[in-house]
Amino acid sequence: MMKSFSQRFLHNPLVIVGLSWLTLVLLVAVLADVLAPANPFAIVGKPFLPPAGDFLLGTDSLGRDVLGGLIHGARTTLLIAVLSTLAAVAFGALVGAVAGYYGRWIDDVLMRLTEFFQTIPSFLFALVLIAILSPSAMNLVIAIATVSWPPIARVVRGEVLSVKSREFVRAAIVAGQRDSAILISQVLPNTLSPLIVTGSLLVATAILVESALSFLGLGAPNQMSWGFMIGAGRSFMREAWWLVTVPGIVILLTVLSINLVGEGLNDALNPRLADA
Amino acid sequence: MSDVVLTIDNLTVALPSWSDRRNAVEGVSLDIHRNEILCVVGESGSGKSVMAKSVLRLLPAPHVRVTGGRILFEGKDLLTLSEPEIRAIRGGRIAMIFQEPMVALNALMKVGRQIDEVLEVHTKMRAAERRTRVLELLADVHLPEPERIIDSYPHELSGGQRQRVMIAMALAVEPALIIADEPTTALDVTTQAQILHLIKELQRTHGTAVLFITHDFGVVAEIADRVAVMRHGELVELGQTSDVLNTPQADYTKALVAAVPSMTPRARTSAPASAPLLIVRNVEKTYGRHGGWFGSRGRTVKAVQKVSLDIGRGRSLALVGESGSGKSTLARCIIGLEESDGGEIILDGEQISGLTRNEMRTLRRHLQMVFQDPFASLNPRHRIGDIIALGPTIQGVSKEQAWKEARELLMLVGLKPEAVDRYPHEFSGGQRQRIGIARALAVKPKLIIADEPVSALDVSVQKQVLELLDKLRRTLDLSMLFITHDLRVAATVCEEIAVMQHGLIVEQGSTADIFSNPQHAYTHALLQAVPGVAWQTRSAPSI
Amino acid sequence: MRGTALLFYILRRLLQTVPVVLGVVVLNFLLLQLAPGDLATVLAGEAGGAPKEYIDLLRQRFGQDQPVIVQLYRYMAGLLTLDLGYSFRQSAPVLQLLLDRLWPTLLLMGTTFLLSLGFGVTMGLLAALWVRTWKDHIVSVVAIIFYATPLFWVGLMLILLFSIKLGWFPTSGMEDVVAFNEGWDRVVDIAHHLVLPSITLSLFYLALYARLMRASMLEQRGLDYVTTARAKGLSERQITIRHVLRNALLPVVTMAGVQVGSLLGGSVIVESVFAWPGLGQLAYQSLFARDFNLLLGIFFLSSCLVVIVNLIVDVVYVLLDPRIRIG
Repeated sequence: MMKSFSQRFLHNPLVIVGLSWLTLVLLVAVLADVLAPANPFAIVGKPFLPPAGDFLLGTDSLGRDVLGGLIHGARTTLLIAVLSTLAAVAFGALVGAVAGYYGRWIDDVLMRLTEFFQTIPSFLFALVLIAILSPSAMNLVIAIATVSWPPIARVVRGEVLSVKSREFVRAAIVAGQRDSAILISQVLPNTLSPLIVTGSLLVATAILVESALSFLGLGAPNQMSWGFMIGAGRSFMREAWWLVTVPGIVILLTVLSINLVGEGLNDALNPRLADA
Repeated sequence: MSDVVLTIDNLTVALPSWSDRRNAVEGVSLDIHRNEILCVVGESGSGKSVMAKSVLRLLPAPHVRVTGGRILFEGKDLLTLSEPEIRAIRGGRIAMIFQEPMVALNALMKVGRQIDEVLEVHTKMRAAERRTRVLELLADVHLPEPERIIDSYPHELSGGQRQRVMIAMALAVEPALIIADEPTTALDVTTQAQILHLIKELQRTHGTAVLFITHDFGVVAEIADRVAVMRHGELVELGQTSDVLNTPQADYTKALVAAVPSMTPRARTSAPASAPLLIVRNVEKTYGRHGGWFGSRGRTVKAVQKVSLDIGRGRSLALVGESGSGKSTLARCIIGLEESDGGEIILDGEQISGLTRNEMRTLRRHLQMVFQDPFASLNPRHRIGDIIALGPTIQGVSKEQAWKEARELLMLVGLKPEAVDRYPHEFSGGQRQRIGIARALAVKPKLIIADEPVSALDVSVQKQVLELLDKLRRTLDLSMLFITHDLRVAATVCEEIAVMQHGLIVEQGSTADIFSNPQHAYTHALLQAVPGVAWQTRSAPSI
Repeated sequence: MRGTALLFYILRRLLQTVPVVLGVVVLNFLLLQLAPGDLATVLAGEAGGAPKEYIDLLRQRFGQDQPVIVQLYRYMAGLLTLDLGYSFRQSAPVLQLLLDRLWPTLLLMGTTFLLSLGFGVTMGLLAALWVRTWKDHIVSVVAIIFYATPLFWVGLMLILLFSIKLGWFPTSGMEDVVAFNEGWDRVVDIAHHLVLPSITLSLFYLALYARLMRASMLEQRGLDYVTTARAKGLSERQITIRHVLRNALLPVVTMAGVQVGSLLGGSVIVESVFAWPGLGQLAYQSLFARDFNLLLGIFFLSSCLVVIVNLIVDVVYVLLDPRIRIG
């Protein structure tokens, strides 16, 4: 018997591990002000206090609490990553759906555009965008979304093309359904599962890009973020290893968890592939 | 007989735990003799292919595995041989030919090299000798210009040529047994006839034993010395071909043989009284005219070239042709899925060619379509009721009324009315095709275009669906354009036939006339190529 | 015959790169419009540094009062004749700066490309051969961890371990400038400096290619032509080497082409972590100096670089896959 989607999804131990960590990070991000009421930029003690002393994860070069920084950083990083992914998915899906469904010259133009954005070095482009727009949370979202939508557009276009050629779409045309109705009621629902998988994996990429930008000093000003903490701690690696090590591990675990959950989703949504 | 080549003894093959059946093959025993062709025939899920693959231990391990029995070949049980021993048998003593030659060949390797590999593994010949032998083999399977073919890639050959390459590969070191797993199913009917002829010719000259897997009794009649019938993994009947075909013993075999569409043409009932319902005049369609932006000149294909035909009220016309003949393109032009480049299409006095999708919408109620693939033609996320009611609601019928009619339609096509609340995946292929027919009928059309509606179905289900279509035509006074590649099906359903080749209608007329006295060489070739034509015209079972 | 066809294919692909390059120029121009101030001020480096005469010269050239389209045309003409302007912050012509920094970046990228592709493909291949054994699991776990690790953090961790704690490799730079090495010694010295940056940049792509190669191998092994090969009596080893490998490589080659742009982006991070004197580090510097003209020059050159590497990858793909019509 074919197991249901949730059975396949939740019986994967890696998914459970990933989901647990993500739930923790999400809770921390939501409850940041409760868990760490102090301003993360506030000086709370002596600089370079090692972990497991008065402060669980020690203090940084200015005497700021590392744990408090991580808690508030979760909020910044997740918010920017999720928002930029949503924007990229919305735009990419629109481009891909229109290109795939209408075909002909519209497809030509949109796909040339997508290829163009895929060809130019995306991180460098994001860097240039932020440098010119000036760093802010909003501009980070814009820059990350601008460089992340092409894969979504390609996935959706490919799916729409394959669904469009299926006979039930022809049947809908023969029944007299309008293009927009066919796209919404017949085609798009059948492209959802690859879109969900690609979208969820995109959040991981967005976190990596956001933290890299923050690391280079282009993050949102006055907002604590994981990448920023590593960037600030890199000059003091000899004296205080934890300043760089701990936030890095947090980023690694978060990105890893998203990837595990995304792959679990993929396996659960496409059981035949998981079998091979 | 003492010259037994292969003995399959009480073979059982288990399916993985998540399948709906425990065993794919259950306690099958049979012998194959020297210099004979044994056909194993059965519908999908009969286990015939699994049995064939288990001989050379090519089952997709670890999910599907042999759990019992023996396979004896040249005094050894193939199931207990070591890896090197079975490898010496594979391709050396027993060779195999597969269904889809395009995917069965490595796309990135020249076909000559792919044949050469067999010689390299199983003989001590040097490279130059092997090349000579490969050229010989290519000539043996009647491929033109072996010198050119040897350095071609699979995609540069036609489907029939690729299957000839597969056969050359199987013959390379003169095996004692060739296992052919539906080797002609993916081919057009005329190509199929050539390949069947080739297999038989080579089998006779080399005295090889052939285990031939097929679903088609026509093919059995054409090629087999003996035939084994399988169902649900079990052997149902085994005997000489003429006995099994003409005096089948098991009920299942009787039903299967009866389900083969007959070659007896359907008689014309009466002359058309009034003006034709559908008039098609000089319709043209050419593909690939717009190229890429830079330099990539698209090649143009004239799919349909100035085609004309008429369908009278209450009449049914079969459009017969092989793949690429343009028959489906023409159907799509008529139904408005494609825009024709020229010509006129007139339905019931109204011009429907050149209309926009919006202008066409109200005319949709006169013209509906039944699709080929029962698994792709129903949206998996919609309920059956919604699927059937879609057309009527677009035409302005209220949702309640449309659903009520959907229930009645489901009863009309032989399903329970409660099916409206269920989803497509809960139905079998034949049931889905019934749903597809109900959908087409929902707007009460005058003309139905059926595009290969039974080609994806097993023969017994095919028969039921064809009978249903026939009944509905009579009770609802429908006209039908029936697209098919199968002359037997065409003869069963339609009183008139149009034969298409390379985008042109080469011959049209009443089925009886065309069958008894084909005018065009291609029609003649098509009729000759129908597998088992001699058997069918001799026995001529009536419906 | 196929040789000339290939030549024409390359020429045609070259022609196809023209719109991409033009697109980058237009994009650059649009980005300049986004920056505060008129074109000339932005180009000259907005917060000063340039003499008034130079700004006036630029104003004259692009014309503040001219319509945007004329400014675009003049800007485009400049870029396409490789007149990239002058950077007063760096006191050198932009083109000169770019060419000086191009080679270190090419060295880093080339090494990384070969390293990640070579090891990634090998790891993926082995994992597929060992599928569902503990060795496969180890490769898969390592790959999925590398795949999730931020580049800059890997760089810092490698410095912490191999430079600071163990002292095996230098922490930064491309060579020991005070040693004045020449000839072979210099090559060895540069290679020594190259180890950590190229490993840092490689890990992510190595993981990507390994995962892709493994999946591709497994997919190919289930296809019909493999059954045919098995039915011919070939051993599993022969099947893998002769049949599966080449088929499995195709998606990896495609992916390698797609990833070139991202590799260049990654080199910005790695170069700034290791103070590697390439285009990435120059981009990092110009970013904070708000030297937009230089920054966009780097962006332009990098894009051209990606286009060229993509072209090479396409040619390799054509050589691997006879099905691609190139005539």
